[in-house]
Amino acid sequence: MNGLIAAIQTLLFVALAPLLAGWLKVCKCRLQNRKAPPLLQPYRDLIKLTHKQPVVAGQASWIFTKAPYIIFSATMLAASVVPLFAVDLPTSASADVIVMVGFFAFARFFLALAGLDIGTAFGGMGSSREMTISSLAEPAMLMAVFTLAMTASTTNLSIAITHVLNEGLVLRPSFLFALFALILVAVAETGRIPIDNPATHLELTMIHEAMILEYSGRHLALIEWASQLKLMIYGVLIANIFLPWGIAENFSVEALGYGLLAILAKLAVLAVLLALSETLVAKMRLFRVQEYLSFAYLLGLLGMLSHIILEASR
Amino acid sequence: MILLLAYCAVLLSFVSGLLALLMNQRHALLALCQTCFKKFPGSRNQCRAFVFGNLDEQRFPVFLRQAVFVILGLSGLFAVLAGLSVLVSKDVITDQIGLGLPWLPWHVRFDGLSGFFFLIIGIAVGAVSLYGPGYVSGYQESRHPFAVLGLFTGLFVAGMLLVLLADDAFMFMIAWELMSVASYFLVAFQHENAANRRAAFLYLLMAEVGALAIILGFGVLASFADGFTFDALRESHLSATWASIAFGLALLGFGMKAGIVPVHVWLPEAHPVAPSHISALMSGVMLKVALYGLIRFSFDLLADIQWQWGVVLLILGTVSALGGILYAMVQANLKRLLAYSSVENIGIIFMVLGLAMIFMDNGHPQLAALGFLAALFHAFNHALFKNLLFLGAGILHHQTHELNIDMMGGLIKKMPQTSLLFLIGCMSISSLPLFNGFVSEWLAFQTALQADVLDNGVLRSLIPVAAAALALTAALAAACFVKVFGLIFLGQSRSQHSEKAREVADKTMLAGPMLLAALCFLIGIFPGLVINLINSVSEQLLGQTMPNDSALGWLWLAPVSAQQASYSPALVLIGALIAGCVSFWYLRRDPVLKTMRRAAPWDCGFGGLTPRMQYSSNAFSMPIRRIFAKVWLIDERIDKDMQGAMDQDVAAVHYHIDIQDHSWPLLYQPIGHGINTLAKQVGRIQTGNIRTYLGYSFVTLVLMLWVIS
Repeated sequence: MNGLIAAIQTLLFVALAPLLAGWLKVCKCRLQNRKAPPLLQPYRDLIKLTHKQPVVAGQASWIFTKAPYIIFSATMLAASVVPLFAVDLPTSASADVIVMVGFFAFARFFLALAGLDIGTAFGGMGSSREMTISSLAEPAMLMAVFTLAMTASTTNLSIAITHVLNEGLVLRPSFLFALFALILVAVAETGRIPIDNPATHLELTMIHEAMILEYSGRHLALIEWASQLKLMIYGVLIANIFLPWGIAENFSVEALGYGLLAILAKLAVLAVLLALSETLVAKMRLFRVQEYLSFAYLLGLLGMLSHIILEASR
Repeated sequence: MILLLAYCAVLLSFVSGLLALLMNQRHALLALCQTCFKKFPGSRNQCRAFVFGNLDEQRFPVFLRQAVFVILGLSGLFAVLAGLSVLVSKDVITDQIGLGLPWLPWHVRFDGLSGFFFLIIGIAVGAVSLYGPGYVSGYQESRHPFAVLGLFTGLFVAGMLLVLLADDAFMFMIAWELMSVASYFLVAFQHENAANRRAAFLYLLMAEVGALAIILGFGVLASFADGFTFDALRESHLSATWASIAFGLALLGFGMKAGIVPVHVWLPEAHPVAPSHISALMSGVMLKVALYGLIRFSFDLLADIQWQWGVVLLILGTVSALGGILYAMVQANLKRLLAYSSVENIGIIFMVLGLAMIFMDNGHPQLAALGFLAALFHAFNHALFKNLLFLGAGILHHQTHELNIDMMGGLIKKMPQTSLLFLIGCMSISSLPLFNGFVSEWLAFQTALQADVLDNGVLRSLIPVAAAALALTAALAAACFVKVFGLIFLGQSRSQHSEKAREVADKTMLAGPMLLAALCFLIGIFPGLVINLINSVSEQLLGQTMPNDSALGWLWLAPVSAQQASYSPALVLIGALIAGCVSFWYLRRDPVLKTMRRAAPWDCGFGGLTPRMQYSSNAFSMPIRRIFAKVWLIDERIDKDMQGAMDQDVAAVHYHIDIQDHSWPLLYQPIGHGINTLAKQVGRIQTGNIRTYLGYSFVTLVLMLWVIS
């Protein structure tokens, strides 16, 4: 039963990720006084792409053609670890939050290799930038996660969320810092403004797009889907760790239904906030990204210190 | 019985070294065999044919090389067997050999800790001996005699094994010196280049300074004990200050060998110039012997661990880990890059060992056992994947005659098997899930996250920062090895050598790396296999084992408790396979769509991508170089050749970059200057005048008489 719900949850993650991307696009267009594409447009794009024959560069090796499957599977595994609408699932025990970060690293490793495979300047540029930014983002991310892990004294996401739920509404300064750090990291890692702009192919600023420039057909669909999934995972992490209320603690149909509605509402609100910030903020120069990410790291560190100094009962 | 296996391993490695000396003695052997066969005319013809066939001028060198490496491989096999059996039986075996000084025979002790490092050495030596014959066949006998290489390889391995067996300071130092000096000759093997001689001398110098520090460390212990045996040294009860002094000396000595920052400078010099299978042994195994020395010295001999030592190790380890990977990032020479990456990994091991010490002294032996486990596990993993990568680098060098990664490219199509093995090495070292590097790093994170139990607030906040530094290290390592794999194997060929490269013809050369790659994956999926072995080490040494939550079963890893953290690589692998296969099958179900159309890549409409348009090693690491600019001493120049009227047109642009280590101007050059000035001062009293020297003798004599009376 638990295993079934875990599987359903992962599938829901995969199924709902394009919806979140669509909703984000709708919000952004409205805010910018543009006519929005339909909410379901990302699904249509994915379906269209999977029905096209992929065109692959002549010198591509197996890394290039297999990388999309690896990236998608790794991201899907990361999704299976994160509680979406119910806690206490068997999948969160088989891998904790550090392993989840590891899955992202796995996907990124192959994405960067795929970028280098064709031997174009764009691919190398994207890989180099992606690896730089992620290597700065990872410590900031783990710092925020460690704050949570030390508070709940676990790295198991499901148990940590239960812990936060049981504590009730307590305003912890450490959590506030960690929340902001995680938001900054999430924006950087999912390639949103101000770090990267997913909507353009402007060569000087590309990061993610530069790596996947050579992809087409089902390969492109998988990579796009994986990046939508990644956005959703970060959204769910933020929503469920810091505002876990509404998540199902038992497996009755009612609780699960409420859990699903709650997470959908939380994600919708988060997407509006993200759209708002993307509309208000301009993209950053590449070499200011390290300042942004070291600020995120600093926030994570402050969270950790305030946990140790203020909250640890000694 | 177990000790016999260990002795066999040592003896066989000696024999392999001595056998190599026969390389130049073919005629003597021939004569010997002929006299033998004359004396025993009844011997069978087959036997005779075998002997003379192999003594044939053409056949003999090949046969002898194989024989030497077979015996070396047997030595590795015996080392593995000895290590495994002592770990499984949990025995402590002691013995005495009538060698050495009259009143101090060699004491031998074979326990879990020695056994675990025997296992590491055995696996590495086994892999190297599979790989060796193919690799050394490329050397010209007249310029690079195999006798020298084989002899010192054998002595080097024997020295390392003897260090692990030693149970008195005297034998330990003899074995240690055997290991150091033998490896000096191996580094200096290709001595026709001045750079190689310089690297070898630097290595010898630092090895000997380190050995002096170790001797002094033993001396401090021995002055509180009656005798030089480890049993006596264990009984010496030192005051906290003296214990710290002894620890400091040992840390300097063993740290110099292990290559922690700032005494790491010999590593990036010596590893690139040694033959690849030797660099693999030095980096994968010899550094671990230094680690063994430090563990033996602090956890076993000193025993009363102080948490301040842990803090020192933690800080040194963090600096080494970050410094190592940042320096590795900017190297273009593959073996130099791997050497710096060894500095990084040793740093990680020291960090976790420091955590273990901190927990030990603060009264949390269980957590100390967890840290100890993570440290030893990472040492084991590093031996596997660094060996694999160095052997891979050797294959690349053998096939392309290049070590500069900017001169390679596109090799994945030409060397598919090598590339797959190298990829596994890169993934393990970048600590990606499903591979062994991730497990030890995960355990390291779990250890660091237990910092909450400490009473000291500074420590509690220091340790998470160190953990974040570890995260940065891991992420940078991934970036570094994406660069390595991407530039060597992907893209288009950057030079003619790599254009013409082929997969190695001698498949036994691939067998060694294959063994290591299989172990990397296997241990990544079933880490419990190694953890059980390490647990018996920590049971003997710390009296504690890692608390693995057994309720979850052996496929799971749950240090501390299942509530706190758990990881099951096997289940993750199953999940990954399901997800991968389903998406692969579903998307390729249509036979028409299954085929891919090949086309030229997007070239912005300018036509024709050339290999020069690809990202180079310097280009790839440029953002990181710019962000962490203060870490290196960078000398970057762009020269333009001008031509045309008024020299206005740019004909060519030359880019130079020179990256130096900070430790040279900050540490080594002042020491060098200091020694020179001191020597000059001493030179001043040496006038060369006999009357002055007689005067010195007289004054000394009078002083001595005064002291005595």
